[in-house]
Amino acid sequence: MITTEILVIGAGPAGLMAAIHAAEAGARVLLVERADRLGGQLIKQTHKFFGSKAEFAGERGMDIAEKLINWSSDVSGITIWKNAVVLGIYPDGVVTISHEGAFCTARPKKIIIATGASEKTMAFPNNDLPGIYGAGAVQTLMNVHGVLPAKRILMIGAGNIGVIVAYQLLQAGVEVAGIVEAAPQVGGYRVHAAKLQRHGVPIYTSHSIQLAHGDSCLEGVTISKLDEKWQPIAGSEQYIAVDGLCLAVGLSPLTELLWQAGCEMKFAGELGGYVPLRDANMKTTHENIYVAGDVSGVEEASAAMVEGKLAGLYVASVLGHKKDSFTKEFQTAKSQLAALRSGPASVKICTGLSKVVLEEVG
Amino acid sequence: MPSQERFAKGPIALFECMQQIPCNPCVDACSRGAITVKEINDCPSLNEELCNGCGVCMTHCPGLSIFVVDYTYGKDVALLKIPYEFSPLPEAKDVVDALNRHGERVGSAQVIRVQTSPNKTNIIWLSVPRELAMEVRSIRLQKGGHHES
Repeated sequence: MITTEILVIGAGPAGLMAAIHAAEAGARVLLVERADRLGGQLIKQTHKFFGSKAEFAGERGMDIAEKLINWSSDVSGITIWKNAVVLGIYPDGVVTISHEGAFCTARPKKIIIATGASEKTMAFPNNDLPGIYGAGAVQTLMNVHGVLPAKRILMIGAGNIGVIVAYQLLQAGVEVAGIVEAAPQVGGYRVHAAKLQRHGVPIYTSHSIQLAHGDSCLEGVTISKLDEKWQPIAGSEQYIAVDGLCLAVGLSPLTELLWQAGCEMKFAGELGGYVPLRDANMKTTHENIYVAGDVSGVEEASAAMVEGKLAGLYVASVLGHKKDSFTKEFQTAKSQLAALRSGPASVKICTGLSKVVLEEVG
Repeated sequence: MPSQERFAKGPIALFECMQQIPCNPCVDACSRGAITVKEINDCPSLNEELCNGCGVCMTHCPGLSIFVVDYTYGKDVALLKIPYEFSPLPEAKDVVDALNRHGERVGSAQVIRVQTSPNKTNIIWLSVPRELAMEVRSIRLQKGGHHES
């Protein structure tokens, strides 16, 4: 049985920030990551981030990952386990973990769950043909392993992930046949869409994919226009020849551990699906379980980092590790998060949060 | 949009950042304090007298939405600086296709200078026909490269 004060599950932007700030306050932290490297999705992000200086805005995601990873290894008090999958959280406080293939148990005083989110997919005929990917897989192939996913690709979804990955595909030398978006307007930031449009990439709003074509691999897709009720308009079908199709149709929080541990969950479509009820200090309805990042609602990485910092600082303080600067740092992080969410681009996020954030206590 | 009088004085930054999103690295990028973003979701506002068109903000902007134009560069041509994150980079003196905001070719531009940046948002200085300075926002390299001697 391993004993630690705080167990942080997931070493993406939220988990890394949580572990760093808890350890800097003096807590002993075990940070477990199921992948063989730290950084979560940040390591695939070749674009510069939005936000403010405090969230490393203007720097590329992969460079932010490197900074956070180096920071986490410089702070004393963090034990890092890679290839470590948390299997379950039990009522007696025991957490079971498969670490490098070996079964381990841990009994942390507090747990911060920062497991992130997984990609949604879409149902259409032949959606299992080779050449059809989620945007995360395209980024892993291209930006982690240096492998071109296709020669000519169509993107489904014009949210930020869709427009950003389409731009990365252009940079990699892939021809982007277009972006198909079911909504009547682009959901991603307009500046991201503009970067694609000035390179001639068409954006088909109010369109959706009907089916994919091909025998042993993808050869093309049929898209059609949608009416005001999001139904395909007969006769509007068009065939686009592509050997790659990339789905960027949203993310769902990876909440299995929260369900299993008995945290109270609520559906908030604006946040990607079921998310845990929690207070403003990121504490769930379970006395010892906190959350940070996309698992608590899908948002930008900048918000995930600030949530991680808040959870890390707060949990450490609950365990008696309170820096002199705690109140100031904690309040600054809260204002930072509020500022990020204060604009029209965050209206949807705020609607979702209003359903799941409990009254602040204490 | 800067006034004709301001354009007549020399290079100036143009912000094509019209949507309120949480972002402000341009403010920290400018050593002259010419850029203001009051609340982080506000669009940037430029003090046209303080801006000297140096283009440092262009390399920092995550949205690649800042351009610099200098109408005093020549009689029939203007100098246009655009952010560029593709490889290969063009070379000085190359003649390239000048593309508008929709990626359509609207003419040719000559590369004056290629300013590389450690953060890989490079800046391409282009000589473009004056009347196209507000239209051209991207380039396409011509196949095999084309130098004008």
